[in-house]
Amino acid sequence: MRRLWRDRRASFGVAVLAIVTGAAVAGPLVSTGGPTAQHDIVATRFLRPLATDHAGSFHPLGTDRFGRDVWTRLVYGARVSLAVGALAVLLSVVIGVLVGGIAGFWPGPVRTSLLALTDFVLALPRVVLLLLLAAMTRPSAVLVIVVLGLTGWMSVARLVHGEVRSLAARPFVEGAVALGLRRGRVLVRHILPNALTPVIVSAALGLGNAIMLEAGLSFLGLGVQPPTPSWGNMIASGRDTLVNAPWVAAAPGVALVLVVVACTLLGDALQDALNPATRYQTQRLPA
Amino acid sequence: MLAHLGTRTLAGAVVVLGVVTLTFLLVRLAPGDPVERLLGPTATAAQLAAQRRALGLDRPLAAQYAIWLGRFAAGDWGRSIATGRPVRALLGDAVPATLALVGTSLVLSYLLGLAVGAWQSGAGPRVDTALSITTVTLFALPGYWLGLMLVMAFTYWAHWLPAFGAAGLDADGLTGWSRLADRLRHFALPLTTLTLIGVGGAARYVRGAMRDVVSQPFVRTAEAKGLSPWQVTRRHVARNALIPVVTLIGLSLPALFSGAVFVEAVFAWPGVGRRLVEAVQARDYPVVMAATAVTAVLVVAGNLLTDLGVAWIDPRIRRGKGAT
Repeated sequence: MRRLWRDRRASFGVAVLAIVTGAAVAGPLVSTGGPTAQHDIVATRFLRPLATDHAGSFHPLGTDRFGRDVWTRLVYGARVSLAVGALAVLLSVVIGVLVGGIAGFWPGPVRTSLLALTDFVLALPRVVLLLLLAAMTRPSAVLVIVVLGLTGWMSVARLVHGEVRSLAARPFVEGAVALGLRRGRVLVRHILPNALTPVIVSAALGLGNAIMLEAGLSFLGLGVQPPTPSWGNMIASGRDTLVNAPWVAAAPGVALVLVVVACTLLGDALQDALNPATRYQTQRLPA
Repeated sequence: MLAHLGTRTLAGAVVVLGVVTLTFLLVRLAPGDPVERLLGPTATAAQLAAQRRALGLDRPLAAQYAIWLGRFAAGDWGRSIATGRPVRALLGDAVPATLALVGTSLVLSYLLGLAVGAWQSGAGPRVDTALSITTVTLFALPGYWLGLMLVMAFTYWAHWLPAFGAAGLDADGLTGWSRLADRLRHFALPLTTLTLIGVGGAARYVRGAMRDVVSQPFVRTAEAKGLSPWQVTRRHVARNALIPVVTLIGLSLPALFSGAVFVEAVFAWPGVGRRLVEAVQARDYPVVMAATAVTAVLVVAGNLLTDLGVAWIDPRIRRGKGAT
């Protein structure tokens, strides 16, 4: 843990995620009016960043074509992006742990078929699958969470499978089995708690990925629907006003990149902290 | 070697079959009756029943699946509901456009990624950190957003490059060099978008692979016998690091095609991804199904090619498993 705190990548990742989460939770306190609030459209639309409108409201990131405050929408969009991303990752971790745990502890046809399933889903282009599912039903945030969860569990399953397999040969597991405990209980109580460390890395990387994909779907109009702000549909709406008001599309994109970079760096730092092999390397190389 | 490739081809065929089956089931399970959609709200019950029989939709699901699979394999992919054009023609135009975009970007990404990653693994900590920050940021860029920002810079501000399509409106009137130049100008922005993101991913991975190899004992042996750093890097480190990197090309193909979907949508590039997005937005099921299957085939074919590449690089696989 101490090593993690000294890692600048980890502190950057945690700081960005903490700030974005804080802003999202405290949305009304750090912004002016609601995300869909419109005043006098003609007077307040396309205000440049750092402008103050006729009523005296300050717009740190300017306004869009309806005179809505971009900063406020960004903050409320963070709620959607983070919530959808976190829930999707939670769902994929649950599925991944289940599939990986069962595949790791039940050799034979169960393991073979679950691993084949994992490889199969891994070979699918995820966005194509997302688009296919989005085409089937009315787009909504819940659908995006389910679809992202259902297409994101494979790396977790592989990691957990590997861990469980190596743990299953350890004496304490053999002991638990020898005591006559049911295999399911051994898996849940004795093996999985020890196999979950690498899942954290995968979850951190998966969060960035899920947030990016949610924004992508919303950008194409297949995710979160306007007027609810999400970073993806904000970029889409800024696309039409790229010439007059580039900040409308630029701001949510910068936020998106920051959050994804934070997740990736945090994941990398966790990986190094948890994996003794790369830890040894970073020490050995001239630093 | 042959047996290895045979197994992989078989696995690839299973993946394609699985994708096709999944698509079929999902489309059939989707809410809404395709026949009602096709004939519109004024159709009578008798007309609906007749159309349903004509399309074979009154048969059991398994029979429908078998018939559809047979037609699909024979190349009869039906007609687009939205445009009435045969799906095969629609996608036939799109596949070369996607392959040109994805293929060129793949080659450029990995060439640049190898260069950057190799530079990083031999550079001092400052350069390494700076490049790491650059590559992680590039990798985090959403393709559609980067595309929009490039359009803003190069089309709206600098007036250098066109923002969408594969050719200008006057392309039919152009000949020879000016026609080629027109094509290249349209190619530039989508290619740059995909490649910048690709370089980020490739360089990050190359750096990791090189570092893994550098810590191996045989590298120390090579250093100890007095080889120059350049020779050690080129002959001993790079060759071994290339194996996981080529494997990664195969693994990154689904992501690359996924990224191409967004980039094609932003730049109106006439590829499979754009057709897919349009078809999804119009609920044009025959096109959705065929585009999904075509993407799966492209990904699987790409994976097979990288398998061949790995076997060609790695003598242990080339000579069969026993040689290890």
